[in-house]
Amino acid sequence: MSTSFLSVNDLKVHFPTEDGLVKATDGLSFDLERGETLGIVGESGSGKSVSSSTILGLHRGSKARVSGEILLDGVDLLTLSDEEMRQRRGKDVAMIFQDPLSAMHPYYTVGNQIAEAYRVHHDVSKKAAKARAVEMLERVGIPQPDRRVDDYPHQFSGGMRQRAMIAMGLINDPSLVIADEPTTALDVTVQAQILDLLQDLQTEFQTAIILITHDLGVVAEMADDVLVMYAGRAVEYGTVKEILTHPEMPYTWGLLSSVPDVSGDPDAALLPIPGNPPSLLNPPSGCAFHPRCTHRDKVAGDLCRTQLPDLVPGPRGGVHLKRCHLSDPDVIYRAEILPEIAPDLVEEL
Amino acid sequence: MGAYIVRRILVGAALLVTMSLVTFLLFFATPVDYARLACGKTCQPAQIEEVRKSLGYDDPVLVQWGKFMKGVAVGREFPDDPALRAAAPQLVTECPAPCLGYSTQTNSLVGTTIKERLPVSLSLALVAFILWIVVGVAFGVIAALRKGTLIDRGIVGIALFFFAFPTFFVGLFLYTYFAIKWQVFPIPRYTPIADGGVWPWLQNLLLPGATLALFYMAGYVRITRAFVLESMGEDYVRTARAKGLPKGVILRKHTMRAALTPLVTMAGLDLASLAGGAIITEAVFNYQGLGLLAGTAARNGDLSMSVGIVVTLAAFVIAANIIVDVLYAVIDPRVRVG
Repeated sequence: MSTSFLSVNDLKVHFPTEDGLVKATDGLSFDLERGETLGIVGESGSGKSVSSSTILGLHRGSKARVSGEILLDGVDLLTLSDEEMRQRRGKDVAMIFQDPLSAMHPYYTVGNQIAEAYRVHHDVSKKAAKARAVEMLERVGIPQPDRRVDDYPHQFSGGMRQRAMIAMGLINDPSLVIADEPTTALDVTVQAQILDLLQDLQTEFQTAIILITHDLGVVAEMADDVLVMYAGRAVEYGTVKEILTHPEMPYTWGLLSSVPDVSGDPDAALLPIPGNPPSLLNPPSGCAFHPRCTHRDKVAGDLCRTQLPDLVPGPRGGVHLKRCHLSDPDVIYRAEILPEIAPDLVEEL
Repeated sequence: MGAYIVRRILVGAALLVTMSLVTFLLFFATPVDYARLACGKTCQPAQIEEVRKSLGYDDPVLVQWGKFMKGVAVGREFPDDPALRAAAPQLVTECPAPCLGYSTQTNSLVGTTIKERLPVSLSLALVAFILWIVVGVAFGVIAALRKGTLIDRGIVGIALFFFAFPTFFVGLFLYTYFAIKWQVFPIPRYTPIADGGVWPWLQNLLLPGATLALFYMAGYVRITRAFVLESMGEDYVRTARAKGLPKGVILRKHTMRAALTPLVTMAGLDLASLAGGAIITEAVFNYQGLGLLAGTAARNGDLSMSVGIVVTLAAFVIAANIIVDVLYAVIDPRVRVG
C-alpha cells in the first residue's frame, strides 16, 4: 500500500448512456504529497475534470460507475458513506472552479457564499463566519475586504471573482485543493497573480494541489509532477522537468508544439495537433491517439492500431512513465520535434 | 427605484384611460342596438329613441367616454339633470369621484356593486392561489428530484389530466361528490369573514378554490420542475455541493432561489387575472363574484357595468405587473445593484 498523502489507484469512472458506456476515466493512477502540485494536462474531454470531481465525490448521486481507490491520508474516499464524504468535501478536499461568474450564485453576496463554506464545517455564528470571510478575502488580496464582502459576484472583476473563489476553497484549510483551470478565463497579468497567490498559500498551508489545465506554461510554473491525459487514460506521467525536457509520447509533443512561442517569429504558424479528440463512446482501437499520431509508422507492424501500450517506464527509466510503442522516443524528439519548437535548446540537451 | 415605480404607475394610469376608451369603442362597434335591447321586444321606434336618450346612448361615443372620465375625476350625478335635482333631489344619485358610472340595469352605482362583488372573487382567487402554489411547487420539486422515474411521470401526468378537464366538469364533480353525496364539505356559499370568522369562510371556499387550483396547478408543476432541473445543472449548484452543503440546504438556498423568478412572474399575473373573476367556477358554485357580474353585464349590454369591470380588472393586471417587476429587484441583486 502506498504511503503517499493522496494515492489514486486504477480509478475508473464510467457513465452508462443510451448509446453505450462512456469511459470518461479508465484506469488512472497517481500519487501526490503534501505541499506538492500535480498538473493534469489534456484536451477537452480527456477526463481531467471528471477524475478530479470524482476525488471530491461529486459523481455521487449520478449514474457514474466508479471503481478503484482514492486514498487520502490512508482513507479510501470511495468507500465512505455519502454523509462522511459530504463532511470532508470543502473541508479536507476543496475545489476551485473555473469561470467563477457562473460558479458563484448570482443572488447571494460573495461574503455570504464564502462564510457559508465555513459555517458548514464549523459551528460558529454568522458574524464570526463573516469575519473569517473578510479575513480570507484580505488574504487573497481583495482591497477593502470589509466592504467588498457585501458585494455580489457581478460587482467583482474576473480576477477578483477568481480570488474570491480561492478564498472560498481555502477557508477551511483543506489539505488537498483541486484547481480546475483556475486561470483560463483571466488575462495574462491576472493569471500570473492568481498563480503566485496559489503558490504562496500552498507554501503557507502545505496544501497538496491538483492543477487541471491545458496550459503547459502554467504547468511549467506551478507543477512538481505532470500527468498527461488522453481519452480517459494517462499517457505520460513524471516530474515536470522530465516531461517538459524529455517528453516521450507524441501526444505530449503535440501539446508542446501547439504552445505559441512569444519570443520567436510572430508570424510563425501554430502547429496544432491534427484531427479531433476521440469520442469516449467509441474510442479508437489500440492506442487511442494513433489516428492523430504522425509517428505511428515508426512502430513495427500495426501495433499502434491493434494493441494498447502499457504505461511503463521509458528508456530513460526512473519515474517517467509513458504509454507509447515507440522504442526510441528521445531520439525522435531531439531530431524532429525540438528543432521546430525550441531550436536554441537542441545543443543544450 | 422610487422614480421607476412612479413612472410605471403613471404609464399604468394612462393605460387604464386607454382601456376604458377602447371598451366604449368596442361596445358601440357591436351590431347590437342596446337601446332596443333595453327597451324590450314590443317597443315602438319612438320608445326606443326615448330609451336611447335616457341611457345616454344618443351622445357620440367620445362624448359618453368624456362624461365617464369626468365622473372618474370629479364625480357626477345620475341623472345629470339640474332641473330634476332642483325639483326632486331624492331622485338624483350622487356618485362621488372616482365614479365608475351608474347601471340602469341593476339600478345601482357600478362602484358599489363592484365593491360588493370584489371580496368574493378575491377570496376565491386567494384560496385557489395558495392551494395551487403550495401543491404545484411541491410536486414540481418532487418531480424534478425524481426526474425520469414513475413518480415524475405520474405527477406530470396527473397535473395535465386536471389541466385538460374543463373547469365546469371538475367543479361539478367536486360539488356533487364532496358537498352533496359524501358531505365532506358544506354546500359552498360565500360567507364573509366578518360574518362567521376565518374557518367558515375558508371551508366554503375550499371546493371552488380546489376547482380553480387543479386547473392552474399544471403550469406550476411543469415550470417548477423545468427550472429546478435547469438550476440543478448550474455551476453554482456544483459549487454548493463542493462546499459540502447538505442536500436540503442546496435545494432550498441555491436551487429553488433561481427557480423563483419565473414562478413570481407567472403567479403575479395569474392571481391578478383571477381577481377579476372566474366566470365558470363562480357559476358552478353560485358565487356572486366579479366573473358572473361581468358575464351578466356583457350579455345584457350593460355598458356602465362592463366598463367598470374592465377598468377594475385592468387595474389589477397593471398593478400585478408593477409588483412583479419590483419583486424581480428584490429577488435578483443584478437587477437591484448595477
